[in-house]
Amino acid sequence: MQVTAKDTADLRLGSLEELEQLRGELRAAEDPDQTRIIVCHGTGCIANGSAGVTKALKAALAAAGEDIEVMPGIKTTGCHGFCSRGPLVIIKPKNIFYQQVKPGDAEEIVQKTIKAGETVERLLYEHPQTGEKIETTEDIPFYAGQQRVVLANIGQIDPTKIDDAFRVGAYAGAAKALTNMEPKEVIEAVINSGLRGRGGAGFPTGIKWNLAAKHEGGQKYVLCNADEGDPGAFMDRSVMEGDPHAVVEGMIIGGYAIGADTGYVYVRAEYPLAIKHLEKALVDARAYGLLGENILGSGFNFDIRINRGAGAFVCGEETALMRSVEGKVGEPVPRPPYPSDKGLFGKPSVLNNVETWANVSRILDKGADWFAGLGTEKSKGTKVFALVGKVNNVGLVEVPMGIKLREIVMEIGGGVPGSDHFKAVQTGGPSGGCLPWQDADLPVDFDSLIAAGSMMGSGGMIVMDDRDCMVDVAKYFLGFLEEESCGKCFPCRLGVPRLRETLNRFSKGQGTVEDIDDLYSLAEAIKAGSLCALGGTAPNAVLSTLRYFRDEYEAHILEHRCPAGVCKDLITYSIDPEVCTGCRACARACPQNAVTGEKKKPHTIDESLCIRCGMCFESCKFGAVQVQ
Amino acid sequence: MLSLTIDGKKVEAEAGWSLLDTARQYGIEIPTLCYHEAVEPFGACRLCVVELRQGNNSRLVASCVYPAEQGLEVHTASEKVNNVRRWILEMLLSECPASSEIREMAAQYGVKTTRFEISDPEQECILCGLCVRACAQVVGANAISTVGRGAQKEIGSPYLTPGDDCVACGTCVTVCPTGAMSARFERVRGVPAVVMARSVKG
Ligand SMILES: Cc1cc2nc3c(=O)[nH]c(=O)nc-3n(C[C@H](O)[C@H](O)[C@H](O)COP(=O)(O)O)c2cc1C
Ligand code: SF4
Ligand code: SF4
Ligand code: SF4
Ligand code: FES
Ligand code: FES
Repeated sequence: MQVTAKDTADLRLGSLEELEQLRGELRAAEDPDQTRIIVCHGTGCIANGSAGVTKALKAALAAAGEDIEVMPGIKTTGCHGFCSRGPLVIIKPKNIFYQQVKPGDAEEIVQKTIKAGETVERLLYEHPQTGEKIETTEDIPFYAGQQRVVLANIGQIDPTKIDDAFRVGAYAGAAKALTNMEPKEVIEAVINSGLRGRGGAGFPTGIKWNLAAKHEGGQKYVLCNADEGDPGAFMDRSVMEGDPHAVVEGMIIGGYAIGADTGYVYVRAEYPLAIKHLEKALVDARAYGLLGENILGSGFNFDIRINRGAGAFVCGEETALMRSVEGKVGEPVPRPPYPSDKGLFGKPSVLNNVETWANVSRILDKGADWFAGLGTEKSKGTKVFALVGKVNNVGLVEVPMGIKLREIVMEIGGGVPGSDHFKAVQTGGPSGGCLPWQDADLPVDFDSLIAAGSMMGSGGMIVMDDRDCMVDVAKYFLGFLEEESCGKCFPCRLGVPRLRETLNRFSKGQGTVEDIDDLYSLAEAIKAGSLCALGGTAPNAVLSTLRYFRDEYEAHILEHRCPAGVCKDLITYSIDPEVCTGCRACARACPQNAVTGEKKKPHTIDESLCIRCGMCFESCKFGAVQVQ
Repeated sequence: MLSLTIDGKKVEAEAGWSLLDTARQYGIEIPTLCYHEAVEPFGACRLCVVELRQGNNSRLVASCVYPAEQGLEVHTASEKVNNVRRWILEMLLSECPASSEIREMAAQYGVKTTRFEISDPEQECILCGLCVRACAQVVGANAISTVGRGAQKEIGSPYLTPGDDCVACGTCVTVCPTGAMSARFERVRGVPAVVMARSVKG
């Protein structure tokens, strides 16, 4: 059924019943057993050339023409989370999973899989340990260990088509809330679900709403935090790109609950595809009367605007974000007054993260009890993580709260290349901390992570191995925060650079054990004294690495040694004459010509020329280059 | 009236008073650098932090911006508070070594030297933003602002390009707690705008 053929005035849905009727018709019009080709058009796969793959598939289908009984449709979707294997092509209904597909593979996919029902072996995913080829999405460990609630529709629907979103249940939660529930009941449901904010601090969402709802009448706002400033994070981007209606729906529900008629999405300008899909979602939602006046005949009016952020990390902080939307300098301001009392333009406001809003849609659709059944006692539901670093399966994963760190990294992540353990996992973004292998069985939830000296943050998860130096890691995150500090308050502006300076000295083998005591004291002053949570959490990188890897700090200071072989001033490269075959690979790789020796005889490194770039180490196939 | 305790002493505050207002009403000293009666409080220097205790919980807040609340237990000179003040002052000694005001205040807290490197021995400006707020809120000229962020932050005309908004009223010089503004102001008076206290070397 072609709904879009009607003119826009006709599309407006007047009630919950009309929405459900439309949904029924749309579902009936699509045969779930029909062969369909899914091509991932998320940012990652597009960068890897998926648009070319789609084109080639279309051409190959057209060429095969009459030979194919039922012509399969091609659907382009948002990110499947496994961008490192992209471009991805999935053949429905069997979910045959093809990875790293090139336009040149299209012909074979059409001939073999579509026409003959066979799989193309070489495009299948290979298990990193067993080498076994895996045919379907469900059987790939990366997906098998996940529980998809927020990401459930991503990869299934075309995010630019509202019909597709309707088929998988979009706006059912909002319709229920607006039609059958009082705003109070909606807030109660969110409180009972146990949902806590996914943007950082894990504040109970329903309780936050209540604070704004208690101001009766008058202008109020809801806002969506899509600033996503953590380096390497792309959870929120994927949700907006792949299922924008989930965010729109969540905000409608939130607006109704607190009595706001306007919502703002503050999204970083570096996310053009997310903005495009969000804009399309808004246009379509308006056309169907899901935004605008008298939504679904409920008498509730609500609309959403998009605000492009200029890219400063601190603009993700709630008070800075609101100043930025107001057109002022994006710097944090002291609380109280809290945004729930005086937020955007001085009016009661609620700001939630993208993932939080998407969860709200699911909760109203499937019920608070269902959501409260997921996760742990104090951390309900699931969490999306961007799993990166020294791990076989890099990507976006959604797991139930309370899952063990080990399961995420070693099972879903497929383990650490060349090792049976990780050295540390950094969670929580720049404000988070590093957890050691001894904590591999730590349940990943808000409170356990805090107790372990890290935090959930927005969902960054960086895996580190024995070649990562913890002093260097702490220095990196402090460097990032020093760059991003707005400089308004003194402890953060002055203190973060001083912390980094001290670590800089450590990585040169300078400093004393007393400096470590000073670090603790200064870190405490910055945490307790800073205006906003950027400074308030900035010392975490130092504190958590000191807590678990103090011996590594002491090795730098006392023994002038970097055990991981990273800090350039403390390492020397040498060649083990017993192992060296004289293949000259290192000599060719060295930019300084510091490696000499006769062909097929052990080589040596001239330390006075060596700049410790590690090229020789990387180039040696025999493991003869040693770093100490 | 709200009743609360400051350093164990029972005090009363009117609704709308900050903790700093309340303490000052009772002659309790709290150091400040970015506060001035003439402009809105800013909460930036954090020298005015005080500790709020509630059972086993404790946290620091900036007293110039934190409102007096019924039943608060406020400590203005606890170890936690002094640790923050001492570190800020020691770091300011290396940031703005030319300021005698900072040296005096630091000495009061027993901070006489700094372990940190001094990059500009002439620097006096502490980036408290008082000049900017006074120019905007008292004069209404908006001739100066902070430019840049973090360690690169400085005071200047917007976008660091000269404009003709400055009316040479000298208000910024009056509110400046360190004299940083006056040293620079002398050199640019008469010249429209651009009073770059932090970036122009004295
Ligand atoms: C420096 C800084 C940066 C932040 N960046 C983000 C961000 O990019 N996205 C986000 O959702 N929250 C960010 N937050 C957290 C927000 O201030 C706020 O707590 C959150 O958006 C509230 O939503 P939630 O309750 O749904 O988590 C940041 C906080 C700080 C201090
Ligand atoms: S803690 Fe850092 S980012 Fe936050 S207000 Fe202070 S200087 Fe700015
Ligand atoms: S002298 Fe100029 S810069 Fe200073 S307060 Fe007056 S108008 Fe503003
Ligand atoms: S010039 Fe004076 S008033 Fe202005 S920021 Fe610097 S120290 Fe503060
Ligand atoms: S963009 Fe295709 S898997 Fe992420
Ligand atoms: S006087 Fe309160 S923060 Fe500066």
